[in-house]
Amino acid sequence: MIEVENLTKYYGNIPAIEDITFTAEKGEILGFLGPNGAGKTTTMRILSCFMPATRGTARVAGYDVFKNSMEVRKRIGYQPENVPIYRDMSVSAYLNFVAQVRGIDRRERKTKIGKAMDECGITGVSGKLIGKLSKGYRQRVGIAQALVHDPEVLILDEPTIGLDPRQIHGMRDLIKNLGGQRTIILSTHILPEVSMTCQRVVIINEGRLIAVDTPDNLMARLQKGTKILAEIEGPPDDIMKELKGVSGVTNIEKKDAKSDNTFTYLIDSTIDRDIRKELFAAVSKNGWLLTEIRQIDMSLEDIFLKLVTEEKD
Amino acid sequence: MVNFYAILKKELGSYFKSPIAYMVIAVFSVISGYFFYSLFALFGVMSVQSMNNPNMQSALNITEEVVGPAFSTMSILVLFMTPFLTMRLFSEEKKSGTIEMLMTFPIKDIEIIMGKFGACFLTFLVMLTPTLFYQAILFILGKPELGPVISGYIGIILLGASFISLGILISTMTENQIIAAVVTFGALLLFWIIQWGASFTGPVFAKVLIQLSIIEHYQEFARGVIDTNDVIFYGLFAFFFLFLTMRSLESKKWRG
Repeated sequence: MIEVENLTKYYGNIPAIEDITFTAEKGEILGFLGPNGAGKTTTMRILSCFMPATRGTARVAGYDVFKNSMEVRKRIGYQPENVPIYRDMSVSAYLNFVAQVRGIDRRERKTKIGKAMDECGITGVSGKLIGKLSKGYRQRVGIAQALVHDPEVLILDEPTIGLDPRQIHGMRDLIKNLGGQRTIILSTHILPEVSMTCQRVVIINEGRLIAVDTPDNLMARLQKGTKILAEIEGPPDDIMKELKGVSGVTNIEKKDAKSDNTFTYLIDSTIDRDIRKELFAAVSKNGWLLTEIRQIDMSLEDIFLKLVTEEKD
Repeated sequence: MVNFYAILKKELGSYFKSPIAYMVIAVFSVISGYFFYSLFALFGVMSVQSMNNPNMQSALNITEEVVGPAFSTMSILVLFMTPFLTMRLFSEEKKSGTIEMLMTFPIKDIEIIMGKFGACFLTFLVMLTPTLFYQAILFILGKPELGPVISGYIGIILLGASFISLGILISTMTENQIIAAVVTFGALLLFWIIQWGASFTGPVFAKVLIQLSIIEHYQEFARGVIDTNDVIFYGLFAFFFLFLTMRSLESKKWRG
């Protein structure tokens, strides 16, 4: 549905994105992850035909965003960052305007607008001025606007920014419901959001593509550097010394005390194998008591930080 | 056509749902009304005086003394007012970011420009309507010629359309409405006074300067003469600047 190949954009001499390549299948929710200024918005602006790329191609539903811009624009719904919509219009007047320029037939307009308002839960505020709405509702109007013509592709730039936790939850549900029939690309820098809503993740940093994969695969791929949490009863100094000697351990940190003699330790290992056996052996050899040992899964946050910092090295 | 109409409606909405249109129209009406009153009152005084002076009587002409000057002063007001009507057309969209939405809708640039131009032009026409009352008063109390009144209106409408087209171009270039208004006013004023240089340049260049002057072409209309030369000038002027507006919107596509 969406094919992006070697997409590059320069602002003057400064590259905003360089050689970005990825695809999105029909019905897929693709998350765009990256720190501020990574090039997420630039990529989305190119995909939505707001501006052309310096190099490379992007196709939506088989149409080139530059050569067949009108065909692409008809097929996408776009919500730019910060939802720039006319504040001096009422919700229904605005959606009516959008439906008109989206070329929806006069007879269908009312039902389609009604459907979009229902989906986004803004039927109750349809008569209000957009400028008077709260941020959460404005965001919903932004999505309703992108949905009104029932597009094949939805491009949402930071759809949950500035919402309260409950609204974020609602927005995620909304997006998940919208997926399936439609291809959705959404950008965010909130990481749990991606693992919750997206089937695949594109991670970019400083304009470069770092990884494209499912959240699960990404985690598995980076699991090699493992953290192990162990709770051991015994003299802390001796334990630290002993465990440092275990092969594969790179670092040990003594965390909080459970009781006088029991502490939790955070053990870093770099080698791609499970060292819990060795750790257990070392502890039992000295007659200490191991009350808990477990691997800590890397959160998407860790992966992200790791990927982004690895790139810098 | 549907798109053009949608933009037109939206723009008219933002003119008339906000105080902008009303303020501009009110100020225009007050000042043009005062101009008209002064001219008409002066004519009244002269009429009374002419009762003692038969020679003066034959020289008095309401068309020449009131209608003509009224249109001349109206053109000055139009010069002051149009920048305030055009300044927000694109600048506001640029500032609030709504331009990004607008440019990604499946609408052609020309439909956006013509929709905005149309809305601004209609607002301008609404602004002119109160002056019809002044003309009605003239026709009730005196016997002016109809021709110069009609040609005067044609002239002022063409003048307004030209001013608006230049204003739209400027508003695509900045996101600051005040800058848009000031630059538009400056540019219009330059076209207004450009023929001043004609008196001290060579004959050929002088002719060019006079032809370029936006007000030289208007004088004839105020006098009751519709010259195709002048009509074409205003048509080309508006076309040229609307064309540049299209280029200006397009330039965003290749500028970094």
